[in-house]
Amino acid sequence: MEDKILLEISGLVKRFGSETVLNGIDLSVHKGEVVVVLGPSGCGKSTLLRCMNGLEPPTDGTVLLDGKAVTADGKKITELRQKIGMVFQSYDLFPHKSIMDNITLAPIKVQKRPKREVEQDAQRLLKRVGLWEKRKAYPRELSGGQKQRAAIIRALCMNPELMLFDEVTAALDPEMVKEVLDVILELAESGMTMVIVTHEMQFARAVADRIIFLDNGKIVENSKPDEFFTNPKSQRAKDFLKTFSFEKRKNS
Amino acid sequence: MQGSGISVLFMGKNLLRLLGGLWVTLRISLIAVLLSIPLGLLFGMLMTLKSPVSRIVSRVYLEFIRIMPQLVLLFIAYFGVTRAFGWNLSGDTSAIIVFTLWGTAEMGDLVRSALISIPKHQYDSAMALGMSRVQTFGYVVVPQTMRRLIPLTINLTTRMIKTTSLVVLIGMTEVLKVGKQIIDANRFDYPTAALWVYGVIFLLYFLACFPISMLARKLEKRWR
Repeated sequence: MEDKILLEISGLVKRFGSETVLNGIDLSVHKGEVVVVLGPSGCGKSTLLRCMNGLEPPTDGTVLLDGKAVTADGKKITELRQKIGMVFQSYDLFPHKSIMDNITLAPIKVQKRPKREVEQDAQRLLKRVGLWEKRKAYPRELSGGQKQRAAIIRALCMNPELMLFDEVTAALDPEMVKEVLDVILELAESGMTMVIVTHEMQFARAVADRIIFLDNGKIVENSKPDEFFTNPKSQRAKDFLKTFSFEKRKNS
Repeated sequence: MQGSGISVLFMGKNLLRLLGGLWVTLRISLIAVLLSIPLGLLFGMLMTLKSPVSRIVSRVYLEFIRIMPQLVLLFIAYFGVTRAFGWNLSGDTSAIIVFTLWGTAEMGDLVRSALISIPKHQYDSAMALGMSRVQTFGYVVVPQTMRRLIPLTINLTTRMIKTTSLVVLIGMTEVLKVGKQIIDANRFDYPTAALWVYGVIFLLYFLACFPISMLARKLEKRWR
């Protein structure tokens, strides 16, 4: 982790109609840092991520990437989004394109990079996650875990400075979760800056440099993972963590 | 002695006349299809707009055309319009107008359903990759819509070809009418001609529509 702040969010408010989903979020992410966002469902985690790359325009407040405002309009936002990779829960590969074409489409058409160079990058990345043999397959021929790994590669091939993961394992069968999380762990080790929304607590503890606990659209806790998991400060976080552990009731 | 009905087909120009009659039907349906596809694409996009005005207008148009039997529409265009406005449309023109109006409505509804069947996530992930709105449509949404649309469009085409046989009722001499004329002319000498003539007409329709539905099936398989 470096001292440089890559993403800076201040006073972020997001309302849908009369409902306030995010209510004054201040958060800065340093270059090379891995921030995991936790919280009960409906607390605004996904909305927070979507605001980070301008998929949702903020109602109030600012989101800065490298000092430039991520505002949801025009050409500037598409340029900024190229620096922010995002992977979704429902691994949205393009069903009409092969895995290789899924990965190379945006680098070639959006970034206008030469096809050969992009394909070499794609080859290197595909081999890294063990999907090189599947390059000609279509998304429907892949398992959920494979699709999600391909979606991660698709985002990585744009050479982003920041990666956002929105509950990427929530739709997967349990035995496929690990193969996807391992890829993300490896990315963390390579120094990628990431913001991760997840419900996998063990994974969160292993991968995070910092845990953000979100409740009712506010950051309730912002601490080191060990501190958060062993000694959470707020009652809300204590209650939340309790829902993931089971106590033996017999003989007690 | 009465001859076998099959020989009627080869007398004079009978077979050619039947083919000519088929062409009348096919020509109307092909022109109507070629006009309906671009108009239907526009109409379908209009139907997906959020504006309540375009929604209501397109809904009313679609329901009106759908609920009215095509025959009634044909009568309105051929007889009604002449009465009401004094425009003397030929059978050909009124048939093309009616079938284009109908095809546009049906095609539009196919386009609408194909467009809304593209999940919102597809737009999200395209935009998250830095694509502009135009790129998102061009590389992600439209190709997927087309794949869904082509088999449906081809089915619509065969339906239109078959339905154009109604034009006989506004006095056009299409394939069925020609067949009837041939049968009537040979009623006494060849009483079994009806079977053969209608059989040939069946075959002609089959030959016109079968390749088209084969194409639809093939495309459907390739683009699951």
